[in-house]
Amino acid sequence: MTTNYITDRHGIRRYMVTIEVNGIEYTRVIKANVLLVNFLRDELDLTGTKKGCELGDCGSCTVLLNDRPVNSCLILAIECDGMKVTSIEGLAETESLDIIQQKFVEFGAVQCGYCTAGMIMSAKALLMKNPKPTEGEVRAGISGNLCRCTGYINIIKAIMAASGQEAAI
Amino acid sequence: MNEEEGIVYSKENHLYDHIRFAGQRPTQIGVSKPRIDGVPKVTGAGKYTGDLKFPNMLYGKLLGSPHAHAKILSIDTSEAEKIPGVMKVITAKDVPDLKYGISPARWDENVLCIDKARFVGDKVAAVACVDEETCYKALKAIKVEYEVLPAALDYHTAMEDGQPQVHDEYPNNINTEIHHKFGDPDKAFAEAEYTRTDICEGHRTYSSPIEPHSAISIWKDGKLTVYCSSQSVHYFQYYIAREFGLKMGDVHVISPLVGGGFGQKLEPTGLEFCGAVLSKLTGRPVKMFYDRYEMFQHNRGRHQGHYEVSSAWKKDGTMQAVKVNFITDGGAYTSLGIATAYYAGGLLPLTYVFDHFQFDLLRMYTNLPACGAQRGHGAPQPKYAFESHLDNVAMDLGIDPLELRKKNVRKPYTTTCNGLQIQTCRLGEAFEKLGEMTDWDKKRKPGHLPKGRGIGIGSGSFVTGAGYPIYRNDWPSSSAMIRVNEDGTAATLYTQAVDIGQGAYTVLCQEAAEAMGYCYENMKIVAGDTEVAPLDFGAYASRLTATCGWACKRAGEEIKAKILETAGFMLHLPPEDLICVDGVISSVSRPKVKPLTFSEVAKKYFIIKGPLVGTGVYTVPRLGGYHKGAPVATSICYSFCTQAAEVEVDEETGEVAVLQAWDVHDAGTVINPALMQGQVHGAFAMGFSETVSEQVLFDDKGKIINGDFGGYRVITALDVPSFTNALIPSSDEPSTPWGLKEIGEGSNNPTMGAVRNAIFQATGVSCEKLPMSYENIWRAIQKKKAADAAKK
Repeated sequence: MTTNYITDRHGIRRYMVTIEVNGIEYTRVIKANVLLVNFLRDELDLTGTKKGCELGDCGSCTVLLNDRPVNSCLILAIECDGMKVTSIEGLAETESLDIIQQKFVEFGAVQCGYCTAGMIMSAKALLMKNPKPTEGEVRAGISGNLCRCTGYINIIKAIMAASGQEAAI
Repeated sequence: MNEEEGIVYSKENHLYDHIRFAGQRPTQIGVSKPRIDGVPKVTGAGKYTGDLKFPNMLYGKLLGSPHAHAKILSIDTSEAEKIPGVMKVITAKDVPDLKYGISPARWDENVLCIDKARFVGDKVAAVACVDEETCYKALKAIKVEYEVLPAALDYHTAMEDGQPQVHDEYPNNINTEIHHKFGDPDKAFAEAEYTRTDICEGHRTYSSPIEPHSAISIWKDGKLTVYCSSQSVHYFQYYIAREFGLKMGDVHVISPLVGGGFGQKLEPTGLEFCGAVLSKLTGRPVKMFYDRYEMFQHNRGRHQGHYEVSSAWKKDGTMQAVKVNFITDGGAYTSLGIATAYYAGGLLPLTYVFDHFQFDLLRMYTNLPACGAQRGHGAPQPKYAFESHLDNVAMDLGIDPLELRKKNVRKPYTTTCNGLQIQTCRLGEAFEKLGEMTDWDKKRKPGHLPKGRGIGIGSGSFVTGAGYPIYRNDWPSSSAMIRVNEDGTAATLYTQAVDIGQGAYTVLCQEAAEAMGYCYENMKIVAGDTEVAPLDFGAYASRLTATCGWACKRAGEEIKAKILETAGFMLHLPPEDLICVDGVISSVSRPKVKPLTFSEVAKKYFIIKGPLVGTGVYTVPRLGGYHKGAPVATSICYSFCTQAAEVEVDEETGEVAVLQAWDVHDAGTVINPALMQGQVHGAFAMGFSETVSEQVLFDDKGKIINGDFGGYRVITALDVPSFTNALIPSSDEPSTPWGLKEIGEGSNNPTMGAVRNAIFQATGVSCEKLPMSYENIWRAIQKKKAADAAKK
């Protein structure tokens, strides 16, 4: 956590943080109470990361922090100083879509799309750690991400397909 | 209802003929085309209202009442106004006092509370500040002096004399009262060989779209622009204009991507109304939003109810008459609840045939958040009570529950006793198919399934678009315009229809492309916008694929006619000799003539005549009977479905696992199979989640105690059971384009009943109370054990 701060005339501290987001280093001066999700959305205009509950319950704001999935609404941006964040905008390394994104479109795993970014980031974290998960492991891997549209079935199928497998459901 | 009245459709779908006679099968529909908004959604590029920013934009929040029922004695905003960054604080005196709601007789809600607050969270004041953080400081600094009043919290007793009055204008807290009688139910009951009555208790649920409501209002130079999470930009435009005395043309409503609606985003909220006032007073754009707890408080979700169901039968299992008596909890305001009330009983006669029907209902005002339209509008809980009741009847009469349903199933081309006109209906075939898929006969044999296991069934039916608009008007329900680009390489579909996730934009583009003889891949869409697109009522009542589909089809056919005329000129052939499929125009009589492409013909058209535009409009024909409330539950077309669930119950703990669920749908022609599947999955899952887990809970002061996803438990990927769905294919429904039917809402009709009936077979325990949580099942098991012991 950064200790590098300035104090404004009301006595409020503002901290300088440097966070690598999607491969680019950003340095910003922010208040201590800025959440990582708001840092991404407001400071960097990366609005692909969504806020659904701001309590860590829905998983819509899931991003990868040093390659681990986290609810970015539960983390202060100043805690991420010097860390690496991957958001949905940085998932695909080239102009084409990541395989998970492709399969989400192909399998009808997207409806309203509001949970999609978080869902895909959780899936990405799972497949990075476990390239051939079982259906049960896929279900568990996205169990922190709520979806009200799809009933999860096509999402599970899409993630299984992204890992080169077929889901039995 | 007189049988000779109403629309008469021929049993053949002539609208399908030109395709059939041309020997052409549809190419753009019936195919799982990828979603038109798929890539923007998986890359995070797509913008929802909350993602938008405007220069100089302020942030706004609403102040909610901490009391369920309280007189507002005074509001002191002076301290709040002194906080740096607070730009404006408004109370009732700053906003119009015109009440709003669904219909003139039920306009009961104010932009900000004037005299009193009627539920915890009722809107009392609003602020606009430079940032979100300052908003919360400002809200805390507003001093409201309340005189706390006794609150009416229990809808069962809210009608009793001496109960607190929620609205002075509605004595005994009765918001809506329905007394329908069709045929002669009293006589039928008196003469019946067998009758039975059951009572079920529903529960409050809330669909909880993952995107919380947001609205950005920009009131500038006499014009109001509102970006909002809206299922119906037209309805928002109408009510916002009405509230502020603006011309509709000066109110521009835009619905960007919407993160789920399910009915809760169908009506404007304090966010739009207060945001507009704050923008006008500050001269700046104002973004307002609900947090998750405020979403639960704003609510407008499912009504809970007390459902008494009686029926009269012949001993051979012929259903003769039904009487239902419901009391529902409407909460503090009408919202869309008057429609919900009529739907609750109005939809019941669809799935089974009976000639005599009595439907009584009281929708009560209580000092709780207002209830409104939620997926399956009004139907799922009454259907749960009715399907539970049917299994009790089946047991009494010694008839298999599936057989009982088959025996009384709705027949095609019939009119229900309450005047709903049905064309095609394949519920009977769906029952047959479900029986085969589930191995029903075997599993229902006593002793076949292991102890604690059971299988149950339910059925459902839903409107394919409501017969009448949600507020009284003369507009056609849908219109659309297609403009082909000057070089013919793309075509844009314009309509006010809204995609809330169900896939409307994709499906409408497929329908337009099919009618044009064009390719879906070249379609663009501009929709959900009142200023650039022609009227459509929006996403509710599972209407868009059918009603807006008609408009798109007609607009597309106009384009095709123009293309064929131009191509005929170019080829020296009569247009009647030409067909246009997949963007290629060829001659039927002279197959050797080199085909033309759509784009070259469209380009030629533009050069000669200017913009190539087609328009289409669709007006729902007059439907239904003449009794009060007859418009609700009418539709041009009904879908039918049935579901079964197989469960395993642990009788020690009440734990229930749904091992497998099945759905069979009479859904007519399917436009996009993948999206159709997604709708069935989603509706089933939402229904299943409501069945086993969800419930909004309150403390004894009317405050929500589980207004977050930690306490209000919606199912996760770990909880959704194995699910199989099948169709009874058909294309002969005459009232809809290509013979399609709704798919988005019917599928959560049968779920509660199917699960209840499975538990009933597994344990003999009747779950008369929702949700069928472990605790409620355990309590029901204990109750039965005690009753069995008492019998001995």
